[in-house]
Amino acid sequence: MINQNSKTLLEVRGLHANVNNIEILKGVDLTIKAGEIHAIMGTNGSGKSTFAKVLAGHNAYTVTAGSVMFEGKDLFELAPEERARAGVFLAFQYPIEIPGVANNQFLRLAYNTVQTQRGKEELDPLEFDDFVRDKMKLLEMNPEFLDRSVNEGFSGGEKKRNEILQMALLEPRLSILDETDSGLDIDALRIVANGVNHLTNQDNATILVTHYQRLLNYIVPDYVHVMDAGKIIKTGGKQLALELEERGYDWINAEGATL
Amino acid sequence: MKPVTSSNHYLERLLQTWSKPSPNTLPWLKQLQVGALDCVNTLRMPTLRDEEWRFTDISSLTKLPFPVVSNPSSLQLSDIEAYCLQEAATRIVFVDGQYAPQLSCVDSDVVAGNLLSLSCAYEEEIAQHIGQHIDSKDNVFAALNTAFLQDSAIVMVPCNTTITAPIHLLFIATQQEVSSYPRCLIIAQSGSKATIVEDYVALQAANYLTNTVSEISIAANGQLNHVRVQRESRQAFHIANCNVSLARASNYHSVSVALGAAISRVNLNVALTDEGAECTVNGLALISEQQLADSHTFIDHIKPHCSSNQQHKCIVGGTAHAVFNGRIMVRPNAQQTDSKQSSRNLLLTDKAHVDTKPQLEIFADDVKCAHGATVGQLDDEEIFYLRSRGLSEIAARDLLVYAFGAEIIEQITINSLKQQLKQSILEYTKHSE
Repeated sequence: MINQNSKTLLEVRGLHANVNNIEILKGVDLTIKAGEIHAIMGTNGSGKSTFAKVLAGHNAYTVTAGSVMFEGKDLFELAPEERARAGVFLAFQYPIEIPGVANNQFLRLAYNTVQTQRGKEELDPLEFDDFVRDKMKLLEMNPEFLDRSVNEGFSGGEKKRNEILQMALLEPRLSILDETDSGLDIDALRIVANGVNHLTNQDNATILVTHYQRLLNYIVPDYVHVMDAGKIIKTGGKQLALELEERGYDWINAEGATL
Repeated sequence: MKPVTSSNHYLERLLQTWSKPSPNTLPWLKQLQVGALDCVNTLRMPTLRDEEWRFTDISSLTKLPFPVVSNPSSLQLSDIEAYCLQEAATRIVFVDGQYAPQLSCVDSDVVAGNLLSLSCAYEEEIAQHIGQHIDSKDNVFAALNTAFLQDSAIVMVPCNTTITAPIHLLFIATQQEVSSYPRCLIIAQSGSKATIVEDYVALQAANYLTNTVSEISIAANGQLNHVRVQRESRQAFHIANCNVSLARASNYHSVSVALGAAISRVNLNVALTDEGAECTVNGLALISEQQLADSHTFIDHIKPHCSSNQQHKCIVGGTAHAVFNGRIMVRPNAQQTDSKQSSRNLLLTDKAHVDTKPQLEIFADDVKCAHGATVGQLDDEEIFYLRSRGLSEIAARDLLVYAFGAEIIEQITINSLKQQLKQSILEYTKHSE
């Protein structure tokens, strides 16, 4: 929800980034305020997922120019784990499978680490079990997923629900959902979207990185940005997504070319 | 101790400590010892030039001809509490190679104890098996063990008997600069079922040699769960030969964990001698600093319709060196063999080193054999995933190392031992930082 009086959470200015010495981001500017939901759309290779990973601190990407301030702090001064503790959350497009690490062990470790850093109490295994089962209801997840190895053998939909479960536990200020809708059938999409909607509020913000307008029927964005060749080339309201669905991306490029 | 210069000199010095079997030794046992001594005299210590030893340099051992210990231990139960397993109803303890009755206890359902006390009542069974499953002719360590054979841990699981509580064979090292020759004979009679823990521990940091031989015979339809834990002193040498013979439709499940010793070498030979026999052979080496852990396994499919499943993992830190040689033989008439082998290795530093060698020899044409080996470091994407959830880089690495090892430890069914070993992995990750 747009509220001009909200404080700015994220301020991206002139962001350039490389992977393997190839420039992917070529000057991204974006301002996000508390309470807002932003969709970033674009074709394959436009740089949307790179942008998500750069914000989370993936070391395969090198920032070559520009700045990102998160709640007034320089994000690039922070290691990935410090960003997570400060309230940045990335829901992965392809959640990693970790054989041998029980999901509940992983979730509790992540939760307690972040809680401690925020000066709050840790939960012991029994307390955490109650807490996490409660959050799982939100995502209609079977508690048996707690005893399995992290994401191992999970279906695409189960992995994405597990990502949103982590979001629910870690209560981030800024959530970046990277193609969370990919690989979901319509029921799973509805469940995941419900979960996200339940977690958004006046104090946090969400970036939805997506290919398709479909997700935006369920999670309604305040802004839609179109990314192309490493830049945001057009910004509009939720109508823009519908227009993209109808007309594709080419007309924007054509519009850009005539400007 | 004065070091010796050549490996033959080592054997010579070692044999100077050999004493003739006493006149009241059972004749068949005397014959076994003397026969093994003759073998030793025809053999030499292996070097890197021997194919079976080309990754494992034991020249540091052959400089140190440690003598055997002959006086009984004065240890009390309170000294070894940390190593007792609460689930075990039977515990047979040897200290520096000497049987320690004051530390041992036996459950009534099982025949267990030491050779000297059981050899009268069970002479026939023991004589039929001891020394029969191990070949001393071309294995100098097995020959030495048999030549120095004075006593042995013996376990006999009677026909159609299920022993639910694990049987703990505990071999404790307490002294510096000694050799001990532990020996185990495990006879699982037909239709029996039991779990045996063969456990090597040290009460203090010391250099010594453990040269052990285990013989395991599983009769038709028998099931044996075997957990082998090597947690010797990090300065010690541990050489082990374990031979397992499986009869028709029997099952052998083993988990072997190597944590200790400066240099350790385990030869595990499993012979599937009749149809329908199955074995699962899993191993984990968790080493750091300058340790060397060598595991040579040989799974021999002799008859049709047998299956084997092997998973071996090594976690190697510091400048440590792990060796895995997994030989699987499928003999010409062993049709319908189903065999799987996986060797996975995690190197934690640039100087850690692993040699892994799957070795399949298949002479039958209707078989299913799968094998694979990987050597790698921790996965960057996994580390990033954990860090993106707030875990520090160190915590992320520790968790991944733990998970890698825990997959093997999880297969141990004895809870207290499982917890102890998991704790060892946690401590390992703390120390390797």
